[in-house]
Amino acid sequence: MFDHDVLVIGAGLAGMRAALAASQAGVNVAVVTKVFPVRSHSNAAQGGINAALTDRGDKWEDHAYDTVKGSDYLGDQDAIEIMCKEAGSEIINMEHMGTIFNRDAEGKLGVRAFGGQRQARTFFVADFTGQALLYVLHEQVMKSGVRVYEEWFVLSLIVEGGECCGAVVMEMKTGEVHTIRAKAVIMATGGIGRVFEPSTNALICTGDGMALAYRAGAPLMDMEMIQYHPTTLKSNGALMSEAARGEGAYLINKDGDRFMKRYAPNMMELASRDVVSRSEQTEINEGRGVNGCVLLDCRHLGEKLIKEKLGQIRQLGIDFANADMIKEPVPVRPGMHYVMGGIRTNYDGLTSIPGLYAAGETACVSVHGGNRLGANSLLDTLVFGKRSGQHAAAGVKSKQHAAGVTDAYSEAEKKKIQAILDRPADGGELFGKVRQELGETMNKYLAVFRDQQGMETAQRKVKELRMRYEKVIVHDKGRTFNTNLIFTLELGFMFDCAETVIVGALERKESRGAHTRTDMPKRDDANWLKHVVQFRTPEGPRIEDQPVKITQWQPQVRSY
Amino acid sequence: MTMDVTLNVKRYNPDAAKPASYNQEYRIDLEDGSSLLDGLIKVREEMDGTLALRCSCRSAICGSCAMRVNGRAVLACNTKMKDVMPKDGSPVKVEPAGNMGVVKDLIVNFDVFWGKIKAVKPWLQPEGPVPQGEYLAPNEAMLHLAGVMGCIMCGACVSDCTVLEVDKNFLGPAALAKAYRFVGDPRDAHEKDRLKDLTKYGGMWDCTRCMQCVQVCPKGVDPMGRIMKMRDKALAAGYNNTYGARHALAFTDLVRHGGHLDELRLPIKTFGIFNVKEMLKLAPIGMRSQMVGKVPPLFPKPIPGIQNVRRIFEKVEAKR
Repeated sequence: MFDHDVLVIGAGLAGMRAALAASQAGVNVAVVTKVFPVRSHSNAAQGGINAALTDRGDKWEDHAYDTVKGSDYLGDQDAIEIMCKEAGSEIINMEHMGTIFNRDAEGKLGVRAFGGQRQARTFFVADFTGQALLYVLHEQVMKSGVRVYEEWFVLSLIVEGGECCGAVVMEMKTGEVHTIRAKAVIMATGGIGRVFEPSTNALICTGDGMALAYRAGAPLMDMEMIQYHPTTLKSNGALMSEAARGEGAYLINKDGDRFMKRYAPNMMELASRDVVSRSEQTEINEGRGVNGCVLLDCRHLGEKLIKEKLGQIRQLGIDFANADMIKEPVPVRPGMHYVMGGIRTNYDGLTSIPGLYAAGETACVSVHGGNRLGANSLLDTLVFGKRSGQHAAAGVKSKQHAAGVTDAYSEAEKKKIQAILDRPADGGELFGKVRQELGETMNKYLAVFRDQQGMETAQRKVKELRMRYEKVIVHDKGRTFNTNLIFTLELGFMFDCAETVIVGALERKESRGAHTRTDMPKRDDANWLKHVVQFRTPEGPRIEDQPVKITQWQPQVRSY
Repeated sequence: MTMDVTLNVKRYNPDAAKPASYNQEYRIDLEDGSSLLDGLIKVREEMDGTLALRCSCRSAICGSCAMRVNGRAVLACNTKMKDVMPKDGSPVKVEPAGNMGVVKDLIVNFDVFWGKIKAVKPWLQPEGPVPQGEYLAPNEAMLHLAGVMGCIMCGACVSDCTVLEVDKNFLGPAALAKAYRFVGDPRDAHEKDRLKDLTKYGGMWDCTRCMQCVQVCPKGVDPMGRIMKMRDKALAAGYNNTYGARHALAFTDLVRHGGHLDELRLPIKTFGIFNVKEMLKLAPIGMRSQMVGKVPPLFPKPIPGIQNVRRIFEKVEAKR
């Protein structure tokens, strides 16, 4: 058994920022991560990170308003205010720690335009901002001496007397199962991308943290809010950064027409993501697409700019779409990208379970509401990662370890794993096909446009798939790096996430943000200006409502 | 359109009764544009769940899936299967990355890799008062560093580094490129300390400039180029009293003087004529050269047109 004051699960931006904040507060911190920290999915964030810096003539209130409007008024405005107020100091802090940001002519941090915002306030490093930030935090974590359990996989959270006091974890290299006792646990495990197929997300984005917290009794909120990114590649769902449009790229249909003028005449290609994705899908559905895609046209940006600021996505286009954006438009389509919902927390990251925190994509504070603005996700991870770390550290200083936590917890998990390994092999199937069908089902019925019948079909199918999942077999019976076993366990987490996405979507009887129902196309503030909160019960999710916090911006008609 | 692919995968299961590596063939049907990784994922998800490999992003940014295909390090995710299928129809040979030790199948041990990264103190070390806003720095300097920052720590360069094959002590291309990222950062105040550390045994002078790292790097980081840049910086900072540094200086000097490499004087200038220990080490080579008549002349003549060679030197040095 291992003991730490604060245990952070996940080593992306939110997790490492939380770990640093807690460590700087003087408590004993450890991080558990199923991949090496720099492999975390934060590194895939391309375009940038938002902040309104006052010395650039920008105001945090403007950033907050854009965020509120972007969220289709579902974001909690008290949390949004905090995020936008603290944004500037977080950016400067990251710069001081070593981030290489693009600069302007005076040598100060440069900005680019991003969707849904009236002012250019997106700080960036070419088109690999996430990687640049992630590596700097990794450097600082190495320097800090915080213990990182690399390639350890979390099996369950430990809750005793209503408080979270640790986790049961498998060391992947040896297959050993350990109990880690902690006075506070911070979930920073990222999103649920692989629940959808295809997705821009990495294969590790399997919703572990949400499912673990949900199973431990913490509610999930706004799970129906799934963001489809307007520009993803058809072949493998890879992301083509919004930075392309931020730098001035056009979206055109098969007639060469910049169709966004019909949907968002003011903001055009830089309207909010939900708006652009819906517009593209409408073009495709009405026969003005090109093989199920529209075209991202960067040719007029010029070779120099593309090479300097969009080099990575240019290469992605060449590798995965056979199209060099310098010479030709790249076919793109809306693709599953982000989940606005997650583990419900307050603005200090605290969940409904004392001692359990969450930050980043896995959490729902909620600052993104019905639709996240591009480049607000990295900001979310840093601000609420930091706040979770600080709050958790302050809370553990006068706290003792829970006495009841023993190795009995790991013994119980070992038995469950053994039961999976012992399943009779005859006639069983591997997890792969089940996962594929789950993803395809979600992507078919819970995409840009949804309706009652489709969502009910999805619910039925997912139930059937879950029954198949209960019988999948594991070929690998060994202990060392049993990835077959790990993927099978991850798929279990994914089913919890899928189920809550569907239940949330069926519950919300309106269209708001990313949740667009063709059978209920209007936003309904009278009845649905509220969060959908789900608690786990043996019979399925139990639903509660929670009012949206409104401070200074009353809901208005949303147009771009 | 689909294609019929045969993969020959080098496997190793440490949990076996008698662990030993072996090769296994998998025949799969794949879409035309598929990557090597698509093929391996298909195997492990639909045919043989015991096959172990690391992978995650599928977009060449997470750095998980470095391995060797047909004897050369690649990222499986951005390697098109078509490009690595041998023309004669023989199987695509897939092996774990080299130089790191295999844990299981295509999964190698990264402990030493991270240890070496950490050894170069890879964090910014500014000095003086912290400004209220950002540090000011020219955009060109940042863009230049972004080229090194593009490193995704996949280990492809380490896998195929020819120095690491014979000397495990070498920091290796990835760690040295990471070191350069700080040496070249105008905000870092410890350039000299870093350079001094990196001139030690295992550091920048142990690279043999074989170019392997440059060729296999999937992100165009050019580790060897960075190492050479650091050598220049180290010499300029006055760290010229290592064998590596003196070898480089002697080499340059001799070519400038005679237009060719005087192999007799190079070791003498590098090690020093009174360095008996190193001179004795060279004795066997000397004797073997003598036997096959390969000893260079004692007083070589400058090549014809030596003036032109010297002019090249002047031009290059004026540019610095």
